[in-house]
Amino acid sequence: MAMDKTKSKSSKSKSAKARPLKIKVKEEDILIGLEIHVQLTNLKTKLFCGCSTDYRGKEPNNFVCPICLGLPGTLPVVNKKALELAIEVCLALGCQIPERTLFYRKNYYYPDMPKNFQITQYHKAGGSPIGLGGQVSFDFNMEKKVVNLIRIQLEEDPGRLTYLGSIISSEYSLVDYNRAGITLLEIVTEPDLRSPEEAREFLQKIRSILEHLGVADCSLEGSMRCDANISLKGGNRVEIKNISSFKAVQHALQHEIIRQRRQRADGVLTVMETRHWDDNTGRTISLRTKEEEHDYRYFPEPDLVPIEITPEQIEELKAKMPELPDERRDRFILEYQVPRYDAGVLTSSKSLADFFENCIKLYSEPKNISNWILSELLRYLNELNIEINESTVTPEQFTTMLKRIDAGTISRRSAKKVLMDMINLGKPPDQIIEEDGHKRISDPKKLEPIADKIIEKNQKATNDAIKDEKAINFLLGEMMKETHGTADPIIGLQILSKKIYQLRRKEEST
Amino acid sequence: MKEHITKEQVEHIAWLARIKLTEEEKEKFTVMFNDILNYFRKIDEIETGNIEYTSYSIQIKNVMRDDLVRPSLSPEEALKNAPKKEKNFIKAPRMV
Amino acid sequence: MPTLYELTAYELRSRLSAGDISAEELMFSLLERIERVEGDIKSYITLQKDEAINEAQKIDKHLKNSKKKGHLMGIPIAIKDNICTQNIRTTCGSKMLENYIPPFNATVIERILKEGGIIIGKTNMDEFAMGSSTETSFYGITHNPWNLDYVVGGSSGGSGAAITADEAILALGSDTGGSIRCPASFCNATGIKVTYGLISRYGLVSYACSLEQIGPLTKDIRDCALLLNILIGYDPYDSTTLQLPKKDYLKSLSTEIRGIKIGVPQEFLGEGTDEAVSKAIWDAIYLLETYGATYSEISLPLINYAVPCYYIIAMSEASSNLARYDGIRYGHRIEKDEGEWNEVFSEDRLAFGPEVRRRIMLGTYALSAGYYDMYYLKALKIRTLLRKQFEDQFKSFDILVGPTMPTIPFKIGEKIFDPLSMYMSDIDTVIANITGMPALSIPCGFSNGLPIGLQLSGNFLSEEILLAVAHKFQQETDFHKKKPLLE
Repeated sequence: MAMDKTKSKSSKSKSAKARPLKIKVKEEDILIGLEIHVQLTNLKTKLFCGCSTDYRGKEPNNFVCPICLGLPGTLPVVNKKALELAIEVCLALGCQIPERTLFYRKNYYYPDMPKNFQITQYHKAGGSPIGLGGQVSFDFNMEKKVVNLIRIQLEEDPGRLTYLGSIISSEYSLVDYNRAGITLLEIVTEPDLRSPEEAREFLQKIRSILEHLGVADCSLEGSMRCDANISLKGGNRVEIKNISSFKAVQHALQHEIIRQRRQRADGVLTVMETRHWDDNTGRTISLRTKEEEHDYRYFPEPDLVPIEITPEQIEELKAKMPELPDERRDRFILEYQVPRYDAGVLTSSKSLADFFENCIKLYSEPKNISNWILSELLRYLNELNIEINESTVTPEQFTTMLKRIDAGTISRRSAKKVLMDMINLGKPPDQIIEEDGHKRISDPKKLEPIADKIIEKNQKATNDAIKDEKAINFLLGEMMKETHGTADPIIGLQILSKKIYQLRRKEEST
Repeated sequence: MKEHITKEQVEHIAWLARIKLTEEEKEKFTVMFNDILNYFRKIDEIETGNIEYTSYSIQIKNVMRDDLVRPSLSPEEALKNAPKKEKNFIKAPRMV
Repeated sequence: MPTLYELTAYELRSRLSAGDISAEELMFSLLERIERVEGDIKSYITLQKDEAINEAQKIDKHLKNSKKKGHLMGIPIAIKDNICTQNIRTTCGSKMLENYIPPFNATVIERILKEGGIIIGKTNMDEFAMGSSTETSFYGITHNPWNLDYVVGGSSGGSGAAITADEAILALGSDTGGSIRCPASFCNATGIKVTYGLISRYGLVSYACSLEQIGPLTKDIRDCALLLNILIGYDPYDSTTLQLPKKDYLKSLSTEIRGIKIGVPQEFLGEGTDEAVSKAIWDAIYLLETYGATYSEISLPLINYAVPCYYIIAMSEASSNLARYDGIRYGHRIEKDEGEWNEVFSEDRLAFGPEVRRRIMLGTYALSAGYYDMYYLKALKIRTLLRKQFEDQFKSFDILVGPTMPTIPFKIGEKIFDPLSMYMSDIDTVIANITGMPALSIPCGFSNGLPIGLQLSGNFLSEEILLAVAHKFQQETDFHKKKPLLE
């Protein structure tokens, strides 16, 4: 099992001292291209057979039939809806759609491949996939970036292999064909991405587009996977496989850049190869085996017939297209006067954009909602590593919280804690406000004894305040501390001032 | 142009096709391959130029089905013919 | 007085319908015949004696009680062992699938069962349909009922023999490069490969998808027509089936053939064709002339490229179709648990015989990088040329006529070690598979006690005219009625 040689080198030096990189490589010198595989999860059946696609979390091999198992004698039949959804995606991503498209066989052997060939599409030898070209733009670091696409193709997902232990140490593998035959859309980009962070933003944009189109729910486990191709300018390209989350994309690419830069610094040639990303160890592993010499022997799938797409069909599908993220972002800017950056973040996910607009229906202060989402809500969600639709916070609860701030029932500072509790505890805001005493104390009867306590505890400050009125602010500060920010500062100040005034009068009379 | 396949090439093709051959078979197949492929090369005699190739003998297109769920096999039926299985998984050899 | 098992399906079904005979007695008659001759011939890989009798009894009950009668009620049918039959072992003549039991029926089987047909067993065949003599089967060689030392043809040899030896009333075969017509010719049976796309391939274990069709092997053309009425029709499970209005092929048998124009390509009677075969073909053509047909000799030199064109396409598709046999989900698997994927894969595939392994390798080669254009793509272009040329011919002719096979059956063992000579014997049959046009074979004579087959080919969807000419021929001759002496 070929191990990454540079790894052992660096682990040696780790015990001594971290060796600094001598060569600084500019950002423009990184070339990243992605091959994204997206399951069209909103389809009810697989691409070539009528098995249900609802296999997640269920027992293995419960969603298979002779066709997706590739039993001898079986034949595929194309899912019409899959084709339509694929065309919609191509339209949304600006691809050219050919008049005629074919399916091809890609021949290779793997236990998760029931037929030991995959029915897919091909862009050479006279074949045209469902979409050619295309472009995706997204905002990154306040700049508009554009990534060009090479092609989009329809293909079937293989089954799943699991191992006892790891891929290397396992005696044998266990195969579950539930996933075999699920519809995949492969989106291939030019190497236009320049950093792992960019790659992650790009994927986020793709995801948002797909969700707005209603073709896939990319939050489903394993529904969006990608392979990445990365090279340093002038160097060989390395393919990284087995990346199945957005975070993993960033980590894998970051790791690989470091590995390649280290090699370059050491004068080692980066070999053109395929590496496997291991999420557990956070490393890429070389898969350099004989398998690498892939001769896929593509030829047109004889069991399927050509698909011809008319301009009328395309027009029909265009007319039905829902609002896409960029359109929605522009509408947010216009309709709600939200700044572009904010609108961009809000539309980076369909569930977030929906949340935002549902809040507006209940509380018509879009800017305020937007601010609170961007500065507070998203921060907490990121810390917990969950998405908006995975949290228990509803638009009703969120807007209720904002209304309580407006009404003065809670302070802004308290509201942040209330929100945190809403997310962590899943309780509605009013309940949290009551129970945890976040309610702003405005009642003088309640504040009086607190003021007395503060004065008693802070003799020196009190004396200062008697002499100099400005010093009362320190006492106010203490009162706020004591009440965890819930004391109404205006009333609190009035009460403190009154007491100091009374103390001054007392002194003067003596 | 005559085809000339070497024994090494035959071994390579056998690997590509995941076919095992005995040493004797390797010798025999090499001879047979050369004979057969040379016979196949007869097709070089025909000028085909840029004519369209026919993958499909019939002229139909756009055969598709609706996105309607049909019953799957039970796991017992699905795994009935599997030589090695564990729980409801099929057992396969490990990959290097 | 012919015994029950000697009759045709057409003759039997009216008697069954009327209640003259019962399905059970027919079945017993047939099974007893099988018992007596099967030891010599070996048509079957799997026999379903008890099940068949049970079915026959059920059918008898149904025939008594119900008005609704299927077109095949009580007729025993033999099925080539590469057509999937639910819960009945389906081996494709290979060790690889020795214990494989499909969980579903091929569409053609569903249609047969729906009409009340009874499956008596699965017939022998060349392994995975790769062969022209039924000598490559893991389960043994099928012997020609006309002379047990001779081959039955292939790859549907078991079905051909079963029909001729009266071990089945009807049979199904599959034809990728002549695999129905060749055994029909060598066994003195009648068989047809229809226009590609007419009969569903769902459930036919693939050898070469763009070339093959399931079809009937029968005692006469009328039984063929009877089966075609049931088998032909669009199947939503097979994307390559045609959606066309239903035809009655039994009716078309009596179409007038006066004035039919026959083309006789000289390449079909060229070098390598037995003299006796040539003579029998010409005698048949002269006979058709007396019924009002006219003929012309023509030359179609492209025919000489048909065999390499066919084998390149067939082997290429086969190499991909047979990739699935890795012993994981079904099929032969080596005992030991340890081992790496690629090793185990290759070891499992030792269960393939040498011809299958050879074809997989040749096909892999033809598709591989650097050779794809030279072989596969070139063959597909020749396919275009062949189709165009034949379409052209059918503007001037209604049918083309020639021998089904260039020779009478050869001796067992004679060609098996010379694959090329075996391949070249397909010269007359492969064209119909390459173009996708229909062709049939009917008996037209004997030489040295061995049968000769007459092949009629037509344009796309010209089955009716082919059936009509064949029917007329069989009404006026009795070659197809001759039976071998077996008992």
